[in-house]
Amino acid sequence: MLIFRTLQLGVKSLLLHPMRSLLTIIGIFIGVTSVIWLLAVGEGVSKEAQKRIQDLGANNIIVRSVEPPEDSSSNFRQVNLFGLTRAEHQLLSQTIPTVNGAIPVREMRKEFAYTGNAAVKPINGRLVGCTPEYQEVTRLKMDRGHFITSREVEGNASICVIAGRLAQKLFPSEDPIGKQIFLPENKERYRIVGVCKHREASAAIGGSLSSQDFSNDVYIPISTMKSRMGDIVMKRSSGSFSAKHYELTQVTLQVRNVDDVPRTAKLIMNTLKRNDPNRQDVSIVVPYELLEQAEAQRLMILGFMVLIAGISLIVGGVGIMNIMLATVTERTREIGIRRALGANQGDITRQFLVETMVLSVVGGGVGVLLGFLGPPIFNLARSILESSSPKLYASIPKDIQVMTPEIVPLSVPLAFFIAVAVGVIFGIYPAIRAAQMDPIEALRHE
Amino acid sequence: MRENACEISDLTKHYVLKSETVRALRGVTFNVPQGDYVAIMGPSGSGKSTLLNLLGCLDRPTSGSFRLGDDNVAQMNDNELSHIRASRIGFVFQSYNLIPQLTVVENIEVPLYYLGKLNKQTRKRCIELAEMVGLGDRLDHRPTQLSGGQQQRVAIARSMVNDPYFILADEATGNLDTVTTEEILAIFERLNQEGRTIIMVTHEDEVSAHAKRIIRLRDGHIQSDVQNKNRVIAGTGTPGAIPAIPADANPVASPTTS
Repeated sequence: MLIFRTLQLGVKSLLLHPMRSLLTIIGIFIGVTSVIWLLAVGEGVSKEAQKRIQDLGANNIIVRSVEPPEDSSSNFRQVNLFGLTRAEHQLLSQTIPTVNGAIPVREMRKEFAYTGNAAVKPINGRLVGCTPEYQEVTRLKMDRGHFITSREVEGNASICVIAGRLAQKLFPSEDPIGKQIFLPENKERYRIVGVCKHREASAAIGGSLSSQDFSNDVYIPISTMKSRMGDIVMKRSSGSFSAKHYELTQVTLQVRNVDDVPRTAKLIMNTLKRNDPNRQDVSIVVPYELLEQAEAQRLMILGFMVLIAGISLIVGGVGIMNIMLATVTERTREIGIRRALGANQGDITRQFLVETMVLSVVGGGVGVLLGFLGPPIFNLARSILESSSPKLYASIPKDIQVMTPEIVPLSVPLAFFIAVAVGVIFGIYPAIRAAQMDPIEALRHE
Repeated sequence: MRENACEISDLTKHYVLKSETVRALRGVTFNVPQGDYVAIMGPSGSGKSTLLNLLGCLDRPTSGSFRLGDDNVAQMNDNELSHIRASRIGFVFQSYNLIPQLTVVENIEVPLYYLGKLNKQTRKRCIELAEMVGLGDRLDHRPTQLSGGQQQRVAIARSMVNDPYFILADEATGNLDTVTTEEILAIFERLNQEGRTIIMVTHEDEVSAHAKRIIRLRDGHIQSDVQNKNRVIAGTGTPGAIPAIPADANPVASPTTS
């Protein structure tokens, strides 16, 4: 009853100056809303980064061959082998105890054609020599048929699996299964045994892994690739030859236990560089470490966002204090009357604290409601930007384009209680000042 | 039944203003018996306001004793004084001093709010008090919607709500015209006839003429303390009886025990 009356009195007193109270509330709710929004955006961005890294697999360690910068003196006769070798692949998979499996991959750029349809032009794509495990590692999903089997790898079968996009382009009106894909440069044909579902290109992660486009891929058994094409890739362009000699493009090592990943990565690096500590033609990507980096980055972003939002809440609190000091001065007479009628200092303190708390609770409540509107508003703003000025839209980072803001559950009560706490902290001084007035002086105040 | 509403003996009050001591009261002694109607008069500088503040428990004396019932108010701390004000004193001010954001009934309830005694019964009693001062049809009005005389009547109703030891009126008619002054004095008269003790501070002879007893102050001393032989009885005022106070709403309690 009494609490209710105190509350009622607070609201009534605040309604004496509706505009003033409204502005103070706005100050608080902007703070609360910005806490929730900023955290939601920060969370969305970091979730996006984590998703990409997790696509690579936290258990995996990826070793890639790096093509050395072109040497102008090199020519067709002196092609140096670079990158990972099959021997190294064997070594890694057999000598490191924490490694479960090592999946070799060899990639090259090729043109793909279909001779059964004259209307279809050859398409430039990626020819990937791989093993059955490749499907699991890259999370490729089959649309029709099956992926390369180990039997096909053992038997050097002339078969292939093609990406969904490529299948659509080469076989616009036919069933690709059972048809043969033709490689004009090598004059070779591979029978299609499976079609993958389309997979979005993976975005680049930091500087350590470039983006991979899966849409024009053709997968063949790695053994077939070796026996048919050898290890030297020759290109003829504008009258000159260029040649590359490499055995493997990438080896993905699966570590049995996530905790062993950092140790294993170090071991792999030492193994590969045992002869040449300055070896430049291999690079190692550890998604687990990237994940940890991303987590650290996430915390940093969160901290930064909280800082910004906290500043705006403090600004709101200063607003409250300002208003309450003005109110206390203005209502000196009322304080005097109340003191004369029997209010003690605690009663007066409580009365003004209740008023600031009403302001901050209402501001916090409105802020939370508007906070929940954050993600839809963000998405709306993004789509408006996309349709109204595509150039500007293209210039914003890809992370921002694809991510969905995600409200951090903890941020809602956190923002609310910080708002209320700010109200109390900044309201205490004016309230105490009100209570400590001399009742006689206050009564005389005009 | 208390014999005296309050007992004052040898009360002094000194102020220190810029290293100079102002001796506002220099030993004042008097008793106010239950049911008395006292006017305190005196020119400015006589210590009238100081005495008023002490009587109203808004201030503490430098020395002397001020007994209100069984308690010596002179020794009390701020919180205890607040409780005494809420439970034993009914204030009526010159400028009415209603709280602008509250309605008539809510204004009357304020002392009970600080005593922590708000319930349906006290609400009923507040409405009866408003009716007694002739404002039964304006319970939900705000002070700004009332005339000066009406505001002062609300203030009188408020001063009654805690069943005080005495009503302390500070120039209660100072802002009012003669007709309204007469009305307000009639209410005081009626309350006094019903047994209420009234102490009023005034500088107007026409007002003090209504009191039973006149105390004149000068230079911090009591100059004279006499019964008013030529007493003017104010008009009958608004008819109606003061509502009985519910037993549990009787706020008279020792501040040390509550």
